[in-house]
Amino acid sequence: MASSKVTFRIQRFDPEKDEAPRDQDFQLELEPGITILKALNKIQAELDPTLALRYSCGSAICGSCAMKVNGHARLVCKTQVSDCVKDGVLRVGPMGNLRVLKDLVVDMEPFWDSLDKVKPYLAPDPAQAAPEKERLQSPEEFLRIDPSTTCILCGACYSDCNVLEVDKSFVGPASLAKAHRFIFDSRDAETTERLRKISEKTGVWDCTHCGECSTRCPTEAKPLERIEEIRVKAMTEGHHGNAGARHVLGFRETVGRRGLLDENYLPARSVGFFNIPGLLSIIPVGLRMMKRRKNPPLRPHSIDKVDEVKKTFARFEELRK
Amino acid sequence: MKYALYTGCVAKGAGRELLVSAKLACEKLGIELVEMTDAACCGAGVIGEDNPIVADMLNARTFALAEEQGLDIMNICTTCQGVHRKAQRKLDGDADYKARVNAELAKDCGREYKGSVTVRHFYEILLQDYGLEKLKEKVVQPLEGIKVGAFYGCYASRPPEASDLEDPDDPDELEKLIEALGATPVEYDERLKCCGFPIIMANKKNSLQLSGNAIVSAKDAGADIMATPCPLCHLNLDAYQPEINSRVGQRLDMPILHIPQLVALALGVPKSELRLKTHIVRPTGTLAP
Repeated sequence: MASSKVTFRIQRFDPEKDEAPRDQDFQLELEPGITILKALNKIQAELDPTLALRYSCGSAICGSCAMKVNGHARLVCKTQVSDCVKDGVLRVGPMGNLRVLKDLVVDMEPFWDSLDKVKPYLAPDPAQAAPEKERLQSPEEFLRIDPSTTCILCGACYSDCNVLEVDKSFVGPASLAKAHRFIFDSRDAETTERLRKISEKTGVWDCTHCGECSTRCPTEAKPLERIEEIRVKAMTEGHHGNAGARHVLGFRETVGRRGLLDENYLPARSVGFFNIPGLLSIIPVGLRMMKRRKNPPLRPHSIDKVDEVKKTFARFEELRK
Repeated sequence: MKYALYTGCVAKGAGRELLVSAKLACEKLGIELVEMTDAACCGAGVIGEDNPIVADMLNARTFALAEEQGLDIMNICTTCQGVHRKAQRKLDGDADYKARVNAELAKDCGREYKGSVTVRHFYEILLQDYGLEKLKEKVVQPLEGIKVGAFYGCYASRPPEASDLEDPDDPDELEKLIEALGATPVEYDERLKCCGFPIIMANKKNSLQLSGNAIVSAKDAGADIMATPCPLCHLNLDAYQPEINSRVGQRLDMPILHIPQLVALALGVPKSELRLKTHIVRPTGTLAP
């Protein structure tokens, strides 16, 4: 294959000189099969030694080289230039949701801090004597945490998380995947406490399910899937005292009764029937919708043959008990 | 062309204008629809957080119902579509799990998901089966001069392996559709972002801020209206817009149309039949109801 000409449009920012980030174009003649990291190295070596970027292993293991390519976070060491060129141009920028230190280098401190919030280390039962060698797990037990142990802490999920864009207090996808790693660890003795804490505000129920984290994750950690597993476990173990869990219960109740969602019932169920300020807060939107005849029918709809679905919900409710 | 129409919950509840518009648009296009009045909620990813197998059973049952009719499914909600595709991938990709779900289903309704049904969204069917060229021929009222910002909804592009978009990271399907209707598509930064609807009850502040960012971004890019294939996005962006205005500190006045409403308008369905009056932010100008 012949070499090709690519324009790298790189976001530059030097806080000592620039007031705002700006784009700079670099033209490169590239051989086929080159990664974006190699191309950036080439730019740094041959065109502009002041370009700042962070990288180390070049093998998708260390997790240092996450940055935005065409607007989405990726490890540039495992991304081919040829997969990302659009109309001859490839855009590179720093990760999102983190302060830019210079060009493509961001301050990772808030990311590390977010991990601390989930107690990212094993908490074995203190009543049990420490084993002579290591604490053993069966292969089956390990399989439960296998995906979440593959996280390389690159921050790609943190960069593209939609909730973090509007709220930096959200614990974030990487931390939730890390929490999963200990919640599901057979050797950990603090599962209940971990689930209780993660069910609070800024925790597992603040995720919108946007799917960015798993889409950007370069490993099998896939935070959204781990978040879903944490939620299932939190529900199963009875951590129901929050709006997220009540929303799930409301869903189960109305779909189990009618086969469809009752949109009049669910909001009140989610905020809590005895939560007066919460109930008052949903009145304006309700009235507004009624005024426009946009409100759901007051007599909620049921599907035909609803008994088939009722049976399923009833049967699994019995199994739960 | 004939499809089993899966309505989902919102088109039967707070978004009835969507169901009406989708039916009217299909009627104009000669697409026959059989409404699946016996299909249950897709679970919206929420039932699965309580009991994953129950969620998969609901969807396997829906697929089985369509298979019994020998029809493919048309969705009119991006969330239903995404959840269906995820469920279908899970079932089709794991024969043992599929057998288990079918065995459970047999106990409650004697139905079986065989694996022959195709599930797609209204706009994907227009693009892939009907064809944009043929659609253009049917446009009698081109939406000239209207700048439309498409808002895809999370499930349209994520996870990419369950997406029907050609390039989920930078899609142009809705923009192409908007262009075919005679309107001008407007690209803006937030078009693939989350509207925040799933956390409107758990964290209203964040939810409204997400919606606010999306509308501001579309407005700044020059959009007159936004159009979405997801009625959940529609609800957050439209019904909560007064709260969103306070959140972002400006009056946005951004009408949020359903994609089928836009299609129906271009096909000549009278505005009065599309229930535009029920929107919290009613469109103005040529689209005024």
